[in-house]
Amino acid sequence: MGKLLVKEKDIVVPGQELANGMDYLPAGGSFRDKENIISSQLGLVSIDNRVIKIIPLTGKYIPKLNDIVIGRIADMGFSGWYVDINCAYEANLMIRDASEFIDRGADLTQFHDFNELIVAKIVQITRFSKIDLSMKGPGLHKIKGGKIIEITPSKVPRIIGKQGSMVNLLKEKTNCQITVGQNGRIWIQGNNSDDELKATEAILKIESESHVDGLTDKMKEFLEGKKK
Amino acid sequence: MKRNDGRKHDEMRKVEGKVGIIKRADGSAYFRIGDTIAIAAVHGPRELHPKFLQNPERGILRCNYDLMSFSVPERKRPGPSRRSTEISMVTKQSLLPVLDLEQFPNAVVDVFIQIVQANAGTRCAGITAASMALAHAGIPMSDLVSAVAVGKINGDVVIDIDKYEEDTDNATDIPIAITGRSKEITLLQLDGEVSKDELMKGIELAKNGCDKIFEVQRKALIDFIKEKKNE
Repeated sequence: MGKLLVKEKDIVVPGQELANGMDYLPAGGSFRDKENIISSQLGLVSIDNRVIKIIPLTGKYIPKLNDIVIGRIADMGFSGWYVDINCAYEANLMIRDASEFIDRGADLTQFHDFNELIVAKIVQITRFSKIDLSMKGPGLHKIKGGKIIEITPSKVPRIIGKQGSMVNLLKEKTNCQITVGQNGRIWIQGNNSDDELKATEAILKIESESHVDGLTDKMKEFLEGKKK
Repeated sequence: MKRNDGRKHDEMRKVEGKVGIIKRADGSAYFRIGDTIAIAAVHGPRELHPKFLQNPERGILRCNYDLMSFSVPERKRPGPSRRSTEISMVTKQSLLPVLDLEQFPNAVVDVFIQIVQANAGTRCAGITAASMALAHAGIPMSDLVSAVAVGKINGDVVIDIDKYEEDTDNATDIPIAITGRSKEITLLQLDGEVSKDELMKGIELAKNGCDKIFEVQRKALIDFIKEKKNE
């Protein structure tokens, strides 16, 4: 009979045994060594029936299919742009995936210039090193105005909240447009800089208190207190 | 048998570890054993340039070990030397077996180890700090690596020799790195003369010592996460 050696939400280090026996299955951040399941990352344990997963708390952004990311145009070639998306590799944005039709041989800087920021979606990943982006779809656009802040990618789910509850609260209370990229970049645009500052403060507060239960209610209080 | 600083033959100097000391690095750690202090910073995984050094099958690891110029009694000339090149190489080889770099083809993970203060056992302190920094950088690894030097001083096998002991006549210095869970040896160097029995005794001592260092590493990593939570 298999034996579980850790509890849900325990902090584990690489090389720590999580469970004995064949009854449990390793998922992301863990692996099987003969009879045992071992953690391969520093993070929190998450147990779903028989599947044991580690949620990493540090480290770079790992690209996933269909993620919305905020990228910066780093370079361009004949047929597309190379975009820095804050991970180990640069992503490709081909001209056929741009938001409008572009002729071959057109001057690409007319559409996206160097250092321009874009909201894009990851449409293809081939064994990690090649990442394709697309700008076709709702909510994918160039970024003009506003400000960008960067947070740890693993904290992004807390900024969004359950079904977007947290980010909707922020939008509502600060009158800002907020776009959260899965790669930890967040774009904030408000009517004035005070609103933007308020949203920034709130997001940094969520990042540092991401473990607190009932954070949405706490943030509601925080934002309403700021309003007065 | 009496050691210079009054320790027992199986007693290490005071050990201390800390994670997350360098903000701009992806991972960093501090490790101290007695008067030997090492800091390590990890950058990456990131794309490797020039391109001909890339490996499309797996990411590569680059280690850089160096003494700071004020870390030793007489000023050390800054810059790489024959000694630091060798230690960088053995550090890399002692860390590679635990790292899973197949997830990062064409990429590089850079490890920079600086010895802030040296009193023997610097390569072991460096490896220990680097292993913590790699875990902090979120690089998948099957184990942590702990390292300690054992040696033979005046015919006795002792653990964690300091500079005074290292400089006695006929001293033998054996740095050993051992993985935390599977207890595999990833580094074993030997400078001097020992018999087979003495070497085996030394390895046993190192295993016990590395268990203690592993606990310190584990605690430092967990404390870092807890501290971040309580901020």
